[in-house]
Formats: sequence, C-alpha cells, structure tokens
Amino acid sequence: MTWRLPIILWQLLFFVGPLLFMVAISFYLVKNYRMTEAFEFVNWQKMLSRNYFWDSYWYTLFIASLSALFAMLIAFPAAYALAFRASESTRRFAIFLLIIPFFSSYLVRTFSWYVILAESGVVNAALGYLGLGPFKMLNTHFGTLVGYLTLTLPLAVILQTVSMANIDRTLVEAARNLGCTPFATVWRVVVPLASTGLIVAMLFCFILSFGDFVAPFYLGGSQEPTLPILILDTTKSGQQWPRAAVVAVMMMVTLFAVAFAAIAFAYRKRATR
Amino acid sequence: MNRVRVSNWVFAAYVLAVFSFVFAPILFSLVFSFNSQRFPTIPLGDFSTEWYAKIFADPDVWEAALNSLIVSASAAVLATFLGFCTAYSDYRYNFRFKGLYLALILLPPTIPLIIMALAMLAWLSKLGLSGQLWSIIIAHSVLTAPFAMAVIRLRLNQMDPDLESAAWNLGGSEWQTMRHVILPFCRPAIVSALCLAAAVSFDEFAVAWFVSGLNKTVPVIILEIVQGNIDPQVNAIGTFVFLVSITLIVLAQVFFISRRVKDPR
Repeated sequence: MTWRLPIILWQLLFFVGPLLFMVAISFYLVKNYRMTEAFEFVNWQKMLSRNYFWDSYWYTLFIASLSALFAMLIAFPAAYALAFRASESTRRFAIFLLIIPFFSSYLVRTFSWYVILAESGVVNAALGYLGLGPFKMLNTHFGTLVGYLTLTLPLAVILQTVSMANIDRTLVEAARNLGCTPFATVWRVVVPLASTGLIVAMLFCFILSFGDFVAPFYLGGSQEPTLPILILDTTKSGQQWPRAAVVAVMMMVTLFAVAFAAIAFAYRKRATR
Repeated sequence: MNRVRVSNWVFAAYVLAVFSFVFAPILFSLVFSFNSQRFPTIPLGDFSTEWYAKIFADPDVWEAALNSLIVSASAAVLATFLGFCTAYSDYRYNFRFKGLYLALILLPPTIPLIIMALAMLAWLSKLGLSGQLWSIIIAHSVLTAPFAMAVIRLRLNQMDPDLESAAWNLGGSEWQTMRHVILPFCRPAIVSALCLAAAVSFDEFAVAWFVSGLNKTVPVIILEIVQGNIDPQVNAIGTFVFLVSITLIVLAQVFFISRRVKDPR
C-alpha cells in the first residue's frame, strides 16, 4: 500500500479532481464576469440549443473520422511492407524513426506545414514549375487533414506494423499456397488476424484528431470551428468557463461512447468458424 | 520472382513517401530557419542567421527557455517517480481494483489536451495554484507519468522474479533489495523514462498555455508568435525545440534498446 497510496492521492487530486470539477462548473453561473457556484442548467440549455454548437459537433465528428480513416488507409501499405517485407532490424529502425516525430513538437510541425502549403509556398512553387496551380490549400479541409495526419500518421504506422508483425506467418503462407490471391490474403487473413490492433490504432487516430485544435485553427483557418476551437474561444475570449465546460463534457461523452464501441468491437467474441 | 522484386520496390518507394510526409515539416523548419526570405519558398533565398540572431537577442525567449527547462526537468522527475511506483506495484502485487488503479495513471494521455487544459485551469485556480510555474509542473507530471510507467514496466518484465526473493533470502530488507537490486536493474529504463517524460513536457503547449499565466514556456511563446503572423523566427525557435526533443527521444530509445540487446532475456 505504501507504493500505491501516494499515486492514488496524487492522481485523484490532479487528474480526477480537475475532470470532476469541470463537470461541476458546467452548472455554475457567470455573474459580472465571475464564476459563481450554482446548480443551474442554463449553460447546457444555452449551448445545446444553438445551431453553431451542433454544426461544430457534427463537423468535428465527421472530420476526425475522416482523418482516422485516411490515416489508416495511408499507413496500411507502409505498415504491411514493414511487417512482411522488411527485415527485423529494418522494422525496428523504422519504428525507432517514427517515434521521434510522434514525440516532437506538433505545434512547430504544424507551423511548418503552414509555410509549406501557403499560396506562394514550396508545394505551390514546385507545382508552378509543372505549370499547375497555385492551389489554395490553407484554410480548407485539406489543410486541416494534413495537420491531423501529421499528428496521427506516425502512430498509425507504428501500431499497424506492430499488430501485423505479430501475425503467425505460416497462416499467411498457407493462404497463398492454397491459392489465395495476394489481395484476398490481405483482406481475408491479415486484416482479420490484426483486427484488434488495427481498431485500436484507428481509435487513437480518432481521439487525437477529435481533440486537436492546432490543425483546424492554423491550417483549416477555423472557418468551421471544431469543438476544441469552440472551447478555446469560449474560455480565452469570453471568460465563459461554464459554457466551455459544457462543450468539453459533450466531447468526453462522445469519446467514451466511441472508445467503448471500438473496444467492444475489437475484442468481440468471434463466431465459431 | 521478378514480380516480388518489383513489388518490393513499390513498397519501398511507398514507405519512403510516407516517411517524407512525416519528416518534411521537421526538415523544412530546419532549412527555412537559415533562409533569408520572410515568406520562405523555393527557390530558396540566401543563407542567413538573422532569425537566430533575433531570437538570441530576445529576453522573452531566454526566459521561456529557462521556464521550459525548469518545468520539463521537474515534471520528468515527478512523473518518473510516479511511474516507477505504479510500475513496481503493478509488477509486484495483486490487489483488488487493480484495473481501476492502473487506469487512474494510464488514462491521462487519452483525454484531449484542450479538455485537460480547461479542467486544470478551473481546478488549479480554485485551489489557488494557477498561474505559477509549478501549476504547469503538476499538470505535466500527470500527463507524462504514463509514458514513464510504460517504459519502466517493460523493463521490470525482463527481470527474473526470483531475483527479488533471492535478495530477501540472503537477508536483504525490503528497502535494501529495492536499492541494491531493483533500482540498479531499472536504471536504464529510469533514465529512458526521464528523457521521454521531459520530451513530452517540453513540447506540451495547450495545458501550459492555459495554466501558466505570465510564466510562458517555449511552446507557449511559439503559439503566441504564430497567432500574430508568419514570422520566420518560429523556424529558428522550432529548430531549437526539435533539437532538444529529438535528442531526448533518441536518448530515451538508445538507453532502452542498448540494454535489451546486452541482456537478451
């Protein structure tokens, strides 16, 4: 118990405490720019009856799902190659390399994309030599997605590679020997065997995109504000912490629902074959 | 056979493309930081250290760097302590509600940072702890502990469970065993955990921005510069930030991997 007690106290105080308090302040009132204790549903009514909240809600859900899907699709061939075609040492080195960007400043990487994708940036200049463009890439969904992918792609490749590298190779070879085409082998043998890891990877990509404000803000131009941007604006400019808390609680509920569904699906009991 | 070779090439090219996408922002930030253009593009402008000179002359940047150093070092130590205790209690004991206990320490990274930021801001200001450097330290210790815990837990997995009992049999007290057997065994993982936690804390901007008040860390300074306009100074600061975090992460991985190879248990 000596080992556990300090941890439990610390985490209760600084992890559970803040989250519960956030739920509590969603019922508080703001009077004369000051938060006052109360138990009113005013903030909930105000936020949930606004169209802009629901527009933002569905848009965030949509773009985060799209981002997770793209991350999975783009990562898959690379992860497949690393898992089945690369040697053990190459695979390790690739994962070693991918861990680096995952843990290095996402903010600066996003800003770098801002410069690269600008009207006169590197991409448009390069396309210009080919007689194409210039394309508007900033302040579009495309910009937002590039930002999200910067965040999620390294993780997607790592998790997919690990889950596919753990597959028993003899099963894959058996499928090929029994006349399964390469694509059918991937779809009917590799993907089902790695499905738990793949679903968890997709869940992480979704969570990361759903909660990120940097990409939609700087690369997407926040023309359609996502929920994190809504929280940011409400907290920073309006001093309306209770309303921001409403948005945050809605996000948490959504994330729990999605995570629960995804994990239940990932670990579902397989029907007997 | 030939078809396999061709497909291997295609796969290699694809992997390379994915890696270029992932590393492009880091490389361009480095290149642009030495580029004289105000709006960097190709063809590149002249080589210039103007942006570096600018940030080195800026007292705000220096102060932020010092703040970042204090925050990430303290948060890393705290997180590694929390992570070690959790990892050890998970390795050593079985108890009721173990799942809940582990969730308590492992869940923070799955909560979006913007939500943690709002929750921390509200809670810490209620406790009268906001707006200080140690507000960030407290928040970061919670956010980075899971990474420390994971690294140390993996290391404990490699330990012979009899090693501890042997030490006890030979008359070592619980604390002596901890000091002379378990801690030395975990040392590479502890160093690795420190580096990883420091890197995560060093790059974290949302929570730091919300709870820091006037004590800005480097990412918060970047966030504020970026809000204004395109300013190539960011590339210079960014390159510095990348350098620090990449060094920390590479160190974390090297410490971890090198030991794994040495004792291949």
